[in-house]
Amino acid sequence: MKNAFKRIFGTGLGQLTIPIISILLLVVFNLIRDPSFFSIGIMHNNDGNIVLAGNLISIINGASELAVLAMGMTLVTAACGGQDISVGAAAAIAGSAFVKVLKSAPAINGGIVVLAFFSACLVAVIFASFNGTLVAVFKIQPMIATLILYTCGRSIAYWINGGATPTVSSPIITGIGSFIPGIPVPTPVIIVLVMAVLFKLLFHFTSLELFTQSVGINGSAARLNGINSTFIKLLSFIILGVCVAVAGCIGVSRLGLINHETLLLDVEMDAILAVAIGGNNLGGGKFKIGGSILGAYVIQMLTITLYAMKVSSTDVKAYKAIVIILLVVIGSPVVKAKFGKFMGNVMKKNKKVPVKGAE
Amino acid sequence: MQENCLLQMHHIDKTFPGVKALSGVDFCLRKGEIHALMGENGAGKSTLIKILTGVYQMDGGEIRLEGQPVVIKSPQDAGNNGISTVYQEITLCPNITVAENMFIGRDSSFFVKKKEREKRADEILTKLGIPARSTMQLGSCSLAVQQMVAIARAVDMKCKVLILDEPTSSLDDKEVNMLFDLMRDLKSKGVGIIFVTHFLEQVYEVSDRITVLRNGELVGEYLTQELPQVELVSKMIGKELEELSSLGETEETGDEEKEDFYVAKGLSSSDALAFDFNIKKGEVNGFTGLLGSGRSESVRAIFGADKVTGGNVKIKGKNVKITKPIDAMKHGIGYLAEDRKRDGIIAELSVRENIILALQVMNGMFKPISRSEAETFADEYIKVLNIKTASRETPVGSLSGGNQQKVILARWLLTHPDYLILDEPTRGIDVGTKLEIQKLVLKLAEEGVSVTFISSEVEEMLRTCSRLIVMRDRHIVGELKGKELTQTQVMKTIAGGDA
Repeated sequence: MKNAFKRIFGTGLGQLTIPIISILLLVVFNLIRDPSFFSIGIMHNNDGNIVLAGNLISIINGASELAVLAMGMTLVTAACGGQDISVGAAAAIAGSAFVKVLKSAPAINGGIVVLAFFSACLVAVIFASFNGTLVAVFKIQPMIATLILYTCGRSIAYWINGGATPTVSSPIITGIGSFIPGIPVPTPVIIVLVMAVLFKLLFHFTSLELFTQSVGINGSAARLNGINSTFIKLLSFIILGVCVAVAGCIGVSRLGLINHETLLLDVEMDAILAVAIGGNNLGGGKFKIGGSILGAYVIQMLTITLYAMKVSSTDVKAYKAIVIILLVVIGSPVVKAKFGKFMGNVMKKNKKVPVKGAE
Repeated sequence: MQENCLLQMHHIDKTFPGVKALSGVDFCLRKGEIHALMGENGAGKSTLIKILTGVYQMDGGEIRLEGQPVVIKSPQDAGNNGISTVYQEITLCPNITVAENMFIGRDSSFFVKKKEREKRADEILTKLGIPARSTMQLGSCSLAVQQMVAIARAVDMKCKVLILDEPTSSLDDKEVNMLFDLMRDLKSKGVGIIFVTHFLEQVYEVSDRITVLRNGELVGEYLTQELPQVELVSKMIGKELEELSSLGETEETGDEEKEDFYVAKGLSSSDALAFDFNIKKGEVNGFTGLLGSGRSESVRAIFGADKVTGGNVKIKGKNVKITKPIDAMKHGIGYLAEDRKRDGIIAELSVRENIILALQVMNGMFKPISRSEAETFADEYIKVLNIKTASRETPVGSLSGGNQQKVILARWLLTHPDYLILDEPTRGIDVGTKLEIQKLVLKLAEEGVSVTFISSEVEEMLRTCSRLIVMRDRHIVGELKGKELTQTQVMKTIAGGDA
């Protein structure tokens, strides 16, 4: 217990302190408000599967697209010191491509879904490379560079399916969007897990993490140590592109249709926020993917909590803003430094170390 | 307690996580004196200065100004108490005028009284004999003059204590003299000046007293004229100076027979004019010349750090193309850049990550060095190079300058280079570490590594290099070796004109 405490507070605040504390606070708040908030039930869904249900499940499930995007956004943030604001629009494009391929097949089977997914990935990666080239080669600020796709992305998505919002109905798509028969955990949650493991493996089997952080912290030094920073930045965008495709396909599968106007609307700001709540420096450099995933769950938990409190959907945004102000202020360097000092003093007193020269 | 102190710091303590930066340090500055604060990197000079200027808070001790205890909690407090600091890096704005710089942030009136300001600024500049006019753009003045404007600003803020932190690092001799005249002038007006520098000669030229710190403790306070230079150095590094002289002359026997490791013909880059250059296996040579003579640009061209525009390069007799750093690294060349902060360290990453960086890049992205292997490497070099750090996981940015430099050295040594280029490896670091680095260079050469060494201190180069390439105005103007390697000869060649 003491060790865990020390690990979190140690010397100053660790990177994961804010997301962990926010989740704990939300949990405690909900426990006091209504302990049944966390009850997890087992029920039969419309398809007759045995599935888990409850607020907690809908939080984790509902945050899936956001969590996947936050992972990719973390990498772009770390390497480029800026954010991609076109992920929502790009996900609409990827989702449209996904549906387009599905619709062009006579019947939807496993192979077609895989093909459709890879097509979505390819399209998303092409657009991500466009963003990445503007940032890495032409040195345009990420937010400006991605503003282009942010503006025109949903129009492109509109063209792909000729302006229609076609539906796809197939047990496979339903399986991806909700539950696979026999598995009581929502499929999007499993996809997040798989993505997280893939990132973990990527960082384990390559030195991408070290290179990305080096480029983000000191580009000049990274270059003189032989790192191709243009490539690293471009690569971060390409990886985000894959995340965009995954998020887009989850979104489409959930509803069984593509609506290019509403699919993952405004998700880019939440994704950036998740990165920030995760304790990552939005100016680039050191990062923790896990922090961003937790950040995504914090945002979703907050939203669901507010809904559970019967706050109307128009008011939710305002309440969210208040909590987020608190979170970012608590996570700010100023408060962190003050708190670290305070904890340092508390520790000192507990250890009863005579403070030399204090007389 | 001493009497007649303008500024007295008594029993100052300061602890950082894991490090006792200052313990019980006393310091006394008298009215109208120039007081040099000396010590190796990590001795506690910067910490003491930062406590005095309100950047850090002391853990224990007392500061008195003219006998009255003062509390300094922020740089504003320091300013209000008449303590001003001029840092090594110019902290003014180059794109506005001298007058604006002198008054920025301290005009109480909302409306700008431009003419009045300029008149006042000119008065001060004339009074201090600073060759600048109030209406000039600061950026158009030389670095020395900019430095002086910073001082003029401080002086006008009615300062009693003026702290000059490495003010001469980027100045040439003439500019240094101008600065010294200004310092003497201020001294005669009763200002107490704390002078922090690494240049021993300068200390002897202007200072009245010297306070030496070592490992966060006070070694002593001395009258400059009563402390011989050799003794000062030994007080700073805490060991006798035999080692310094024992480094002695480099033997150069049989250098002629050794084969060339690297030969360049007509090599040029976006920043360097075409030049010829070669280095033999196990040779230590050096580029010398004044700041801006093109010595750094030349070695950057060798490493491919700037855009290479032409030339023919042979390594071990084979034609090679080096257009970017990774090419050079793959051919066994390492390059320690001149600007440690900008081109060297990755400040927020750990000592371990900084050490393995270059090797990892050479291995490629898909062959990551395992954590345990990296830890072994880091521990090994922390020990071999005697890097002072709380642990291998400490962010390198929190280390002292000399230790940061050692981390970068470790980074290149780990790649086992055949040819190491060291551009100003000893700038801004303490005497002890300087010696260690010089010894290391000679040891590497013995093991067959070629080294190109650049240093602003000619003496240091004479001790380590067996051949010196002299540059002036971006051209190579001479090459000295053997008996020609004397300070006067080097100076003559740098100055040119067959004088």
